[in-house]
Formats: sequence, C-alpha cells, structure tokens
Amino acid sequence: MPIAQLAESESISDSAKSKTFVFSDEGHTLGNALRCVISSYPDVQFCGYTVPHPAEAKMHFRIQMHKGKAIDALKRGLDDLVQVCDITLEKFDEELKTC
Amino acid sequence: METMNDDKPRVILEEYKVVQNLPRGSTVFTEQFNSKNFKKNFRIVIIRKENYEMEFDMIGIHPFLANTFRRLMLSDVPTMAIEKVHIHNNTSIIQDEVLAHRLGLIPLRADPRLFEFKTSSNEANTEHNSLEFELKIKCSVNKEANKKDSSRVEDMYKNNNVYSKHIKWLPTASQKENLQDSNVGPIDPDILIAKMRPGHEMDMKLFAVKGCGRDHAKFSPVATAFYRLLPDIKIIKEVEGEAAYRLQKCFSPGVITIRNEPSGKKIAVVNDARYDTSSRNVFRYDDLKNCVVMSKIQDHFIFTIESVGALQPDVIFKEAVRILRDKCTSLLDELNLS
Repeated sequence: MPIAQLAESESISDSAKSKTFVFSDEGHTLGNALRCVISSYPDVQFCGYTVPHPAEAKMHFRIQMHKGKAIDALKRGLDDLVQVCDITLEKFDEELKTC
Repeated sequence: METMNDDKPRVILEEYKVVQNLPRGSTVFTEQFNSKNFKKNFRIVIIRKENYEMEFDMIGIHPFLANTFRRLMLSDVPTMAIEKVHIHNNTSIIQDEVLAHRLGLIPLRADPRLFEFKTSSNEANTEHNSLEFELKIKCSVNKEANKKDSSRVEDMYKNNNVYSKHIKWLPTASQKENLQDSNVGPIDPDILIAKMRPGHEMDMKLFAVKGCGRDHAKFSPVATAFYRLLPDIKIIKEVEGEAAYRLQKCFSPGVITIRNEPSGKKIAVVNDARYDTSSRNVFRYDDLKNCVVMSKIQDHFIFTIESVGALQPDVIFKEAVRILRDKCTSLLDELNLS
C-alpha cells in the first residue's frame, strides 16, 4: 500500500479539507513535482511535502484546501502529471523524427 | 538597471546581485498549472544527438519539471550491473571485496527492459532476472623465445593485466536465442580490473541483476544528466575599437564577434550566447560593465545527457518520463480504488 493517511487530530468536519498523505518508497522526485503542480491550484491554501528522515523511504505530503476535498486535489495533481508526461513523450518523439 | 522589454522571464546577472525580471504577461512562474497551456507553450528542440551523448532544449517549462526529469534519469531509470561475485579462487594482490566492488562498477551492455527486478536478494537467479559471467584468468611467464631478453612487463608475462574484455558471458537457458551475443558484456573492452604477476590467478562467477541508481550509482544509466538555463547577452551601448576586442575576450570563444562597419569602425556584436559560461569577466572593466546586460532565460532549459552506453540517451529520457507516468497512474488507481 504505497499511500497511507496520517492520523489527524482535527475535527471530523474539517478533516477532508486538510490531509497529510504518506507515500512509501517515494521521495523528492515525485514530492516536489506534485507539490508544484498542486500549489498552483486556486482552491489550495497550502501544499507542502517533507521526507522526514533520509534513511526511511517515506514522503509526507500535506494539502490544505480553501474549499473542496484534499484528496481531489491530489488526484487532480497526479492526473495533471500523467498528462505532462504524455505531452512530453509526444513532443519528444515528434522532434526525434525530424532530427 | 535597464529592464529588458520582451516576453521572456529572465534573471539578470548584475555585478553584485541577481535580479528577477518577469514580463508583464503570464509566464510558467505565475499562471495556474493547466495541461492545455502546457501543451501550447512547451517545445522540445534537439540540438545534437550522438551515440552516447545528446543535447536538447526544453522551452516553456517550469524548473520543477526539468529537475524531476533530471532526477529520474539519474536515479530511477534501471540498468544491469554486477551485483554478486562468487570467488572460487583469487590469488592476486587485490582483495576479494575490493575486486568485487570494482567488477560491480563496470558498465554492461544489456537492455534492462528485457529483464525483471529481483524482488529480494535471496530470490533464485533465472534467465529473466540475471546475467551470468565468468572471469577465469591466470598470469604466467612468457616463454616465447624472441621476448626472453626483454624487460618490458608485457613481454615478460602473459595476462599480467586483467581487462574487462576477459569477462565472458555465460548465457543461461534461452538467453542465447533471446539476447544477441554482441549485445551482452562489458561496454568498454579496456577497463583495467587488476594487475597480476606469474602464479596469480582469478576464477570467479559474476552475476548481474537489474537495479536503480537510487540503490547504487553503478545502476545509473547516465554518466551525467544535467540542465542549465539559456544565457543571453545584450550589448546596450556600442563598444568599438580596442574595447571591442577586450569585450570579446571577456566571454567564451564564439560568443562575441567583431563587425567592420562601412565607416571603418570595428564594433562588438553578440554572435551566439548559447555556449557562454556566464563568467563575470566583464565586471573587471569599469568601461565595459555598463555596456552589456547578462541574463538567463528562466524557462529555457538546455539538457545534456551523457549515456554510459547501455541505453541510447534518447531512450533514457523517454524511459524517465515513462517511469514518472507509471508512478502517477499506479498511485491514481490506488486512490480511486480506496
């Protein structure tokens, strides 16, 4: 199970808005990419990540929303990254053909 | 300092500080991320592509993406490398563990995409997850008559140097049919592994597995993969005569050329700032430092990929992008399931 959720001490009504996700076997590579994409969304109040200890293959990813659910922002971020990859591959292949 | 009125986001390199200079319109730094805009603004231009080396530009992307791709190429694209060494005999002066480490660092020619990762180090070697090699060599006195009186080491002894070319591939099961011999083995034949003297002997089996640069640098497919920002130089005040030649010397060769005007004046013009090293030599001259503006385009990345040889540089880049894609899709699937 690569994604888990950190136990929250907040009230239940707010917990969907702000969440910390724990990614196992991920690091700065995915963390920073995802953070940059998600923090550009207008509904996001705060987005940040940390690798709590370099010897532990874990990445904590925090999203706080103005409105909406944190998990939806995460899904949208991942989806955007998939599209970025598709576009990059497509453009790179196009360029490879011409050179 | 002069503001540069164009639509490119720049950093201006001044004498004592670096200044951000964003255009009034939207840039990758200010707008919300959206794949439609990304597709519209993003360009890739391949500058040169050789067997082991490649240079290309990625224009109109945010630095986080450039860095993500770089990190992926360095530490997430897998290759094959020697991981286990069974030493049957080693009477050379190089210790077993040092020798095994040296062998691990030898780049191997084998397409990692044809292999699977080992799930644990205890898993048995199969034709799908490992390659087997043999290194069996013995040093002896050269008895050829015509070389007897020579005192050169290469004449006196046989096999006194152990090179990577002495490593022999032992195909297991159907590997012989599925992998071509020319495609498996050390990439460079002339890597010195050890030096020996008569009586010294090596006999070992080497096992290569698939791995990532994250685990050990020997698995990294690239010697280096790096990016830099496109430099830009503008001459804002005419520089002529002796000063023009002085200005030319302040930058890398080919960056500034001298143009002969019809009036007989020699003035300095920018030829191509791409390969400038952005050295700060101009700031040594009080009369020149106010004539030029040095800047860097912040959304124009010049990528250079130097492959170790197992994969072509363009394949390494595509693999890196695919790995990020696969990571994201598998995480998305998991989120959608829960």
